[in-house]
Amino acid sequence: MSEPLPLSIQNNRRMDKWLRFDPDRTLHLAVGKVEIGQGVLIALSQIAAEELDIDVARVNILSGDTADAPDEGSTSSSQSIEVSGRSVRLVSAELRQRVLARLAQRLNCSPEDITVEDGAFLLDAQPTGHDYWSFASDADFAADIEGTATPKPASQYTIVGQPVPRKDLIAKVSGAAFIHDIVRPDMLHARVVRQPSRNATLTSLDEAAIRRAAHGSFKVIRLGNFAAFVSTDETVVQRAAVAALTHARWDGARTLTADQQDAAWFVGQPCDDRFVGDPVTPPGGGTVVSATYSRPYVSHAAMAPSCGLAEFRDGHLSVWSHTQGVYPLRNSIADILGLTREQVTVRHAHGAGCYGHNGADDAALDAAIIAQQLPGHCIRVQWRREEEFGYEPISTAHRTRIAVELDSAGRPIDWTTEVWAGPHVQRPIFGGVMLAHEALPNPPAPARAGDPPEANGGGGTRNGTPLYDFPHKRIVHHLSLATPIRTSSLRGLGALPNVFAMECFMDELAERAGMDPVAYRLSLLSDSRARHLIENVAARCDWANRGPVGTGKGLGLAWSRYKNKAAYACVAVELEVDRNIRLTRVWCAADAGLVINPDGAKNQLEGGIIHAASMTLKEAVTFEGSGISSLDWASYPIMTFSEVPEIFTEIVHAPDLPTLGMGECTFGPTAAAIANAVAHALGVRVRDMPLTRERIASVLAGA
Amino acid sequence: MTIELSVNGRVVSTGAEPATPLLDVLRNHLDLRGTRYGCGLEQCGSCMVLIDGKPDYACSREIGSVAGRAVTTVEGLADNGTPHPLQVAFLEEQAGQCGYCLSGILMSAKALLDRNPTPSRADIVSALDDNLCRCGAHPRIIRAVQKAAAMIRAAQTHTGAPTGAQS
Repeated sequence: MSEPLPLSIQNNRRMDKWLRFDPDRTLHLAVGKVEIGQGVLIALSQIAAEELDIDVARVNILSGDTADAPDEGSTSSSQSIEVSGRSVRLVSAELRQRVLARLAQRLNCSPEDITVEDGAFLLDAQPTGHDYWSFASDADFAADIEGTATPKPASQYTIVGQPVPRKDLIAKVSGAAFIHDIVRPDMLHARVVRQPSRNATLTSLDEAAIRRAAHGSFKVIRLGNFAAFVSTDETVVQRAAVAALTHARWDGARTLTADQQDAAWFVGQPCDDRFVGDPVTPPGGGTVVSATYSRPYVSHAAMAPSCGLAEFRDGHLSVWSHTQGVYPLRNSIADILGLTREQVTVRHAHGAGCYGHNGADDAALDAAIIAQQLPGHCIRVQWRREEEFGYEPISTAHRTRIAVELDSAGRPIDWTTEVWAGPHVQRPIFGGVMLAHEALPNPPAPARAGDPPEANGGGGTRNGTPLYDFPHKRIVHHLSLATPIRTSSLRGLGALPNVFAMECFMDELAERAGMDPVAYRLSLLSDSRARHLIENVAARCDWANRGPVGTGKGLGLAWSRYKNKAAYACVAVELEVDRNIRLTRVWCAADAGLVINPDGAKNQLEGGIIHAASMTLKEAVTFEGSGISSLDWASYPIMTFSEVPEIFTEIVHAPDLPTLGMGECTFGPTAAAIANAVAHALGVRVRDMPLTRERIASVLAGA
Repeated sequence: MTIELSVNGRVVSTGAEPATPLLDVLRNHLDLRGTRYGCGLEQCGSCMVLIDGKPDYACSREIGSVAGRAVTTVEGLADNGTPHPLQVAFLEEQAGQCGYCLSGILMSAKALLDRNPTPSRADIVSALDDNLCRCGAHPRIIRAVQKAAAMIRAAQTHTGAPTGAQS
């Protein structure tokens, strides 16, 4: 085992930070990754139960708690199973080894002679009278984790690889289940009057008018340009917040214009230029072709507007949040409020699916600011729908231009991906700022534009390097220093726009070479796992009989390996175009190595396909006045039940290969497969998302 | 002034002023927090409840307008602790990801199955089109509604009750 310990263990070495046997014959497993709808908690429970040989029903999991669970950073980037899962496996295997070693000494046998059956220890198949609950000792938990125990081989798995149902869904189909539903003693409801933009000054707040509209009493909290209404009655503060939209006056708010909505706006703006890949080679005399693709700003558009709870009692601030990272949030809140980190506890509570960095952390800060002003109460801040759409950090617009030099057979010999985009990640730990902090009396310096390093998969550069066998390939990345609005991470970062561009361009190059798009791809691809998926999907969607171009019916295909190192996915989309695009069937195959919970994995594949299809066909944030103008589901429509196609997913089993994160792997391929199918249906190429009726009509008019 | 209505088969009274949203009364006055706030605009369906058996948006209905009416929420789906076939089917199909949309979807689906025990896929997507799901759990949700319909039909056949099947 020369591999270094996972970061999660390096940062949390004590065994008791992770595992504990409780007297009711359960296993307490504490993890830093949190449930954001992806089913991660059941998968991690399965891993622990497998290594310890206990029934998975005995696992009680605590996730995301700065007081009682390990620090594993953020739940993002399809890392939960790859990193946390590997950690839980090593930790559980080591606990088993420690306990069995002591038992073997006691019984004067070899640890290999002992077997474990649902937590009970057997010697030569006979009960020993001992089990984890009676025999594990404090010493087993106090020592640091060495990471030297050998986990089970995959061939012995009986729990990992099974479709074990999630535990959390029971509450979610029955009643209270989310952070929004928590009731605490002395709870007060709060709403925030949002500062339209950084540097905007609240010059007047007509409290009398707001009180008339609110039909009830409430307290006003003012700190610089931060204002909030607090009451025992949620209805009253909700009305007050709506009234404040017309009774608060702000000076110095920014102005956004519609041209800034488009990714093309970034060209020529101040930027930080980065270069990844092979040096530029002198032209070899081949044909040079290029094309430019774009995706606009898009919203996370969580079903639930964000919510945060905080209470300040006896000098300690307790916060509940649906954040992706309780430790980073704790540190930010402590720093902003002038508290030590020990004075702040952040606990995760379930929220709606976030798909990245949305308003969760900001709502928690709102609640914390108010709680510090009103000690002894629990402050519950519920964002309004317009607030979530208007103030969450959205995903940057992204423009990708691909330029290639082709050999005489039409195959790229030199490939350049050029990207213009704002920051794809601006969490506070990456230089970002929290929303309400900018309204407080001592606002922070402006956010620094940044992006994750290439070793973490990059941001704007994510999936920008093709995995095809081209001799020379590189990325030129223009990271905007002038992004007009706060942006941060959304499912896959730059992977969707880059795979969209790359896999559309491959179809265009195939057409140019007079080749079938699938055959063209396979002729340039030696990665056997990728080839296998493409062949699998092509067979299942009957690619060989896909028919001529321009009939109004289309079939398109695309693939990628997320971050060029996580799960592989290939997607084929069948659609019809009349007045609108109607997706009819989607086929998908994915290879994610060892899959912990195949049903959860399929759920993620399907969800990624529908989310990406929604984005590709419908979604775009619009700007007007001082901010975002797409503030409801009518102006920011997403895919509905009647628009969802039939989806056929297949997981290619590779249990002996390491688990690869798969929450984001279908995202880029779906977008490109849709555009390729539209091109097949209509005979014209639409390169700018979303592929709305208006956009297709304008491309057809220009064709 | 108090307003009386029936919630999940029980008569309740509330002192909330008549213009208070039904959603706030359910969640904050009656402690029924399975009905969820999503938009307040009748656009997402997270707050869907049944009023006299028909799906309606709790976010925009004022409590004064439901005086004397029968409201059913997700907490009223189970029958004396026995989960409704829809709840069973949703768990069997693991029909959800984050789950925030599910209570509203369950109510729309219940209204559908109450009037149409043999819904086609088209019937189901049409009945659920006022409910948004962001996670992309739609295929499983559609399967779960089909499964629940079959479970209800099987139970009725078993007990000899009329199925009331429609075309």
